[in-house]
Amino acid sequence: MSVEPIVEFRDVAKRFGDGPLVLDGFSFTANPGDFISLIGPSGCGKSTALRLIAGLSPVTSGALTVDGLSPSAAAASLAFVFQEATLLPWLNVAHNVEVPQQLRGVPAAARADTRRRVLDLVRLGDKATAYPRQLSGGQKMRVSIARALALSPKLMLLDEPFGALDEMTREHLNEELLAIREQQAWTAFFVTHSVAEAVFLSNRVLVMAANPGRIHTEVTIPLAYPRTEETRLSREYHDLVAEVSRILRSVEHASVAASPQRVSP
Amino acid sequence: MSGSDKMSRTMLQIFLPAAAGAFVIAVWYAIHFYLNEEMRFLLPTPAAVVDALSANRDSLARAAWNTTKGAMLGFSLAVVVSSALALILSLSPLVRTSLYPYLMALQMTPLPILAPICVIWVGAGLKSVSLLTFVIAFFPLVVNTTQGLISTDRNLVELFRLYRAARWQQLLLLRVPAALPYFFTGLRIAATLSPIGAVVADMNAGSSAGDGGGLGFQAVIYSSQAKYPALFATAATTCVLGFILNAAVLLLAWLALRHWHDSYERTDR
Repeated sequence: MSVEPIVEFRDVAKRFGDGPLVLDGFSFTANPGDFISLIGPSGCGKSTALRLIAGLSPVTSGALTVDGLSPSAAAASLAFVFQEATLLPWLNVAHNVEVPQQLRGVPAAARADTRRRVLDLVRLGDKATAYPRQLSGGQKMRVSIARALALSPKLMLLDEPFGALDEMTREHLNEELLAIREQQAWTAFFVTHSVAEAVFLSNRVLVMAANPGRIHTEVTIPLAYPRTEETRLSREYHDLVAEVSRILRSVEHASVAASPQRVSP
Repeated sequence: MSGSDKMSRTMLQIFLPAAAGAFVIAVWYAIHFYLNEEMRFLLPTPAAVVDALSANRDSLARAAWNTTKGAMLGFSLAVVVSSALALILSLSPLVRTSLYPYLMALQMTPLPILAPICVIWVGAGLKSVSLLTFVIAFFPLVVNTTQGLISTDRNLVELFRLYRAARWQQLLLLRVPAALPYFFTGLRIAATLSPIGAVVADMNAGSSAGDGGGLGFQAVIYSSQAKYPALFATAATTCVLGFILNAAVLLLAWLALRHWHDSYERTDR
């Protein structure tokens, strides 16, 4: 029995204007419930892949379907969490969380219900009336995640959301993110530079290569959910982190060797 | 910051301007009495100015009211028209390059040259004064508001695109609030220029018909009658008008931006 894939790339290529190919021969299928991390050297097209799924930019060639539709038609089923929290500074936390629903014309009473629920999920129920500048970096990111959750998305696209945070905050938010997913069961695409983060969160890690951006290796992460602090201490977790790191290093080495401006001694 | 530190800083903020004021008045008196007796009319003492203020309070109050009317009418008109025009200018760079040169031309023409033209069109008095004040206040408003409307954070624009916001939603919920700090910068400049504009306009296009003369008109009269203390009193009245209008704008900006804008960041946090 086959499941209907939630995202399907078939031989997708992408270039911006007359520039070089950012993605080439990109083929990949995500099933509902997958937590997929994209990791790779800068310029390998990780963020571009996310933007294509979100319909923020069209594919140059090949086919991409999201929830059985074209990306631009599938907007209602996905949410995006940017690298920065991108909160509106003039709105308090509650109103920020309600923005996506407000844009879709959801009545105020229903918005307030959802807002209370998602703010509780990210443990910021007591910050509803605070303004973004009164929050720490980690708190702002949690508001940003709450805002994405408010739409009850089938698909969450996260573009290095915790990249600017310190290690401790990042680990806490990783655990929180998985805990929330236990309750909501969305599919996730997660761009990151941290191997540890990718392994901890995902059931599939895509290691990408650059020039042009493509999938180099897919690593399956067989660790059982729910994953907790304990998971990070396990032998299996450490072996997986080591393996993904090794692949990533070889990819980065290869892309340095392949780049034309470098000459080997 | 501790409570006593804060207290001593507040004291300093009151004490220093007061000390500076006292120093200026002392120097003022010193210059007055340093001058030969027959030249002292050039700089009347502060006490003489206060006397003149009190002796001419009826005519000064009437003139101040007329100037306030002209300044407020012109200022308000400038706010409305510049906001509408800024919306149009923010649509595209092409619209801006097409229209900016003509807006600049209007700003470059000195008021005393525009004044007689204005009088031919709408007649001397309040109408001319408001119209000329409008011209003066208009430019900083339209430039700042337009800049604000086109400077929206790219990430936020992307967010609105992602959620498929309609054009009007993007304008009302994103671009307009993001432009507010810029708008208030323009508003503050306009609030400073408006009373000055109204006074200069009054000198060049005012009318005393029906007690309609403003502070500019009054200054011309006192000057021709060599009533120098009264002339200084007129200057002081104009300053007070400017201060009040500025304070009103600062209050509005504070009400609109205090929660979120960095310029109102509390330093004691």
